[in-house]
Amino acid sequence: MSILINKNTRVMTQGITGKTGQFHTRTCRDYANGKNCYVAGVNPKKAGEDFEGIPIFGSVKEAKQQTGATVSVIYVPPPGAAAAIDEAVEAGLDLVICITEGIPVRDMINTRYKMQGKSTILVGPNCPGVITPDEIKIGIMPGHIHKKGRIGVVSRSGTLTYEAVGQLMELGLGQSSCVGIGGDPVNGMKHIDVLKMFNDDPETDAVIMVGEIGGSDEEEAARWIKANMKKPVVGFIAGVTAPEGKRMGHAGAIISGGKGTAQEKLAVMEECGMKVTRNPAEMGKLLKSILK
Amino acid sequence: MKIHEYQAKDVLKKFGVVVPRSVPCFSVDEAVKAAQSLGGKVWVVKAQIHAGGRGKGGGVKLAKSIDEVKTLSGQILGMQLVTHQTGPLGQKVRRLLIEEGADIKKELYVGMVVDRSTQRVTLMASSEGGMDIEEVAEKTPELIHKVFIDPGTGLKDAEADAVAAKIGIPAASIAQARVNLQALYKAFMETDCSLAEINPLILTGDGRVVALDAKVNFDDNALFRHPELVALRDLDEEDPAEIEASKFGLSYISLDGNIGCLVNGAGLAMATMDVIKLYGAEPANFLDVGGGADAQKVTEAFKIMLKNPGLKAILVNIFGGIMKCDTIAEGVITASRAVQLKVPLVVRMKGTNEDLGKKMLAESGLPIISANNMAEAAQKVVAAVKGAN
Repeated sequence: MSILINKNTRVMTQGITGKTGQFHTRTCRDYANGKNCYVAGVNPKKAGEDFEGIPIFGSVKEAKQQTGATVSVIYVPPPGAAAAIDEAVEAGLDLVICITEGIPVRDMINTRYKMQGKSTILVGPNCPGVITPDEIKIGIMPGHIHKKGRIGVVSRSGTLTYEAVGQLMELGLGQSSCVGIGGDPVNGMKHIDVLKMFNDDPETDAVIMVGEIGGSDEEEAARWIKANMKKPVVGFIAGVTAPEGKRMGHAGAIISGGKGTAQEKLAVMEECGMKVTRNPAEMGKLLKSILK
Repeated sequence: MKIHEYQAKDVLKKFGVVVPRSVPCFSVDEAVKAAQSLGGKVWVVKAQIHAGGRGKGGGVKLAKSIDEVKTLSGQILGMQLVTHQTGPLGQKVRRLLIEEGADIKKELYVGMVVDRSTQRVTLMASSEGGMDIEEVAEKTPELIHKVFIDPGTGLKDAEADAVAAKIGIPAASIAQARVNLQALYKAFMETDCSLAEINPLILTGDGRVVALDAKVNFDDNALFRHPELVALRDLDEEDPAEIEASKFGLSYISLDGNIGCLVNGAGLAMATMDVIKLYGAEPANFLDVGGGADAQKVTEAFKIMLKNPGLKAILVNIFGGIMKCDTIAEGVITASRAVQLKVPLVVRMKGTNEDLGKKMLAESGLPIISANNMAEAAQKVVAAVKGAN
């Protein structure tokens, strides 16, 4: 098992004909069971054509009907990305993973508003995607740095997730699934939502949670962990050195009004009984130290 | 993106927020003419810089005659205004706003931001206007009233009226407060604000509700649909290094330390700064090169970092995923030669084609210090800086 996606997941790519969409659809198709997983692309202007054998449909709804795909990955450029999410939600997909970076916050507020009461799960935007190693990869992460195992990884950042995975691999620890939830202030799944899934996944033994400055998602997750989590979770928060009021690359990574500092988050996580490290080079080591 | 007070007032006014009459000025002559054309007996001379805390820093003064407008304008224009937000060097005042005096009966606070947990725009309002709202939030949080605005309906009449009453607006002026609050929300949504603040919002002696100050920040990701707002950008108010970096698609922020960092990805870039600090030194900058660290980008990044006279060493930390380590190695070698790098350079590369990349660095003949992981990289760069002292 795993969370969110596995080798039987069937995926469509929204924005399959753009440069980014093409590149990553190709690398995802070439990863593990990707050849069977990637069954459709969507582009209203290129319906009826195909991308290297993957049929392109005019709409998400049609792609779903024709291929049975229930998951989409979005590479549509920022001005149209929120509308692409809306379309996937409207078509009743189970899961939408939006890779696009730079979507206006107002668009995401409206999109999340429209998603209320709908069953579709959103991961991202501005995220690396989700991978269940040796089964399927949906997103832009390098597949080859992963291998199948029993550690879950959830993170707001891309390359810092790869860093965590790289450290696990050096210690011989594979991953059940890795989820990049993205660096935007208004997004879909939060740490807490992913942790709930890892908690229920019989093939996940422990979790690394990588957070960063801004917002209070990590604190909320820590409180939930204390009350509900049956498995150990270790944590790291990036941005101890970040000054207030400066946006650290991600739209969501900003300390404002003295809130959302790394120190504050780490303190709450420790109060809730989590093991945390202040050294980003020791995420893997810390995780290994708590395994029975 | 940040804009000046006078620009913010213009934007808000278009949506129906009531603001005092005022004229932006770039010289003392203009200021005098502005005061004359506004008429009246009292004027406010206000320094226009992006940082907050201008009043406390001496950048906002009351003038009771045209002569005083002239004297004060002369003092404020060109001054190095230091506030809690500018840093110790302050910010040079290049623009003024001359505003008609107001008869202030009450000073209130209203502001809007995006609340991440409810994923809605939040109206915050308080009877404690005119002061540092963060202090109010800290010491007397019960005096801040919040409305999480439903995106489907906007700010409802009843919500606006209730908040207005809570912050002490008398019944006779509630309708005016409502107009201002709803206009603020409309402006926030339609211009893609990330922050819109009126502090103070005042109640005048004759019962009018007026925005005496205004602060507006825009969502950078939405600027593509607002060319008219992009035109309001004042590059004088921004860090030249950050402007230069943005031209090359680099996300750069100047910091106070002496170790330059070049990293791919925002999270890893922050973590790299943190690990430098953990091993006893301070980062000189945040720098995310993004998805493609080619020779040109690395060269430009090196040039920008080297403009900082305090720079003592550079740490390159790249997790090569899609981007291959040999490509990065080539970029680092080309850049080092192009800028004739004199400071110690530590490179940590991990991921695709790692061995090839390391081999290229080793065979380049350049004094590049190689590291196998983040901790080792930080230790080596900190040692290099300490050795140089």
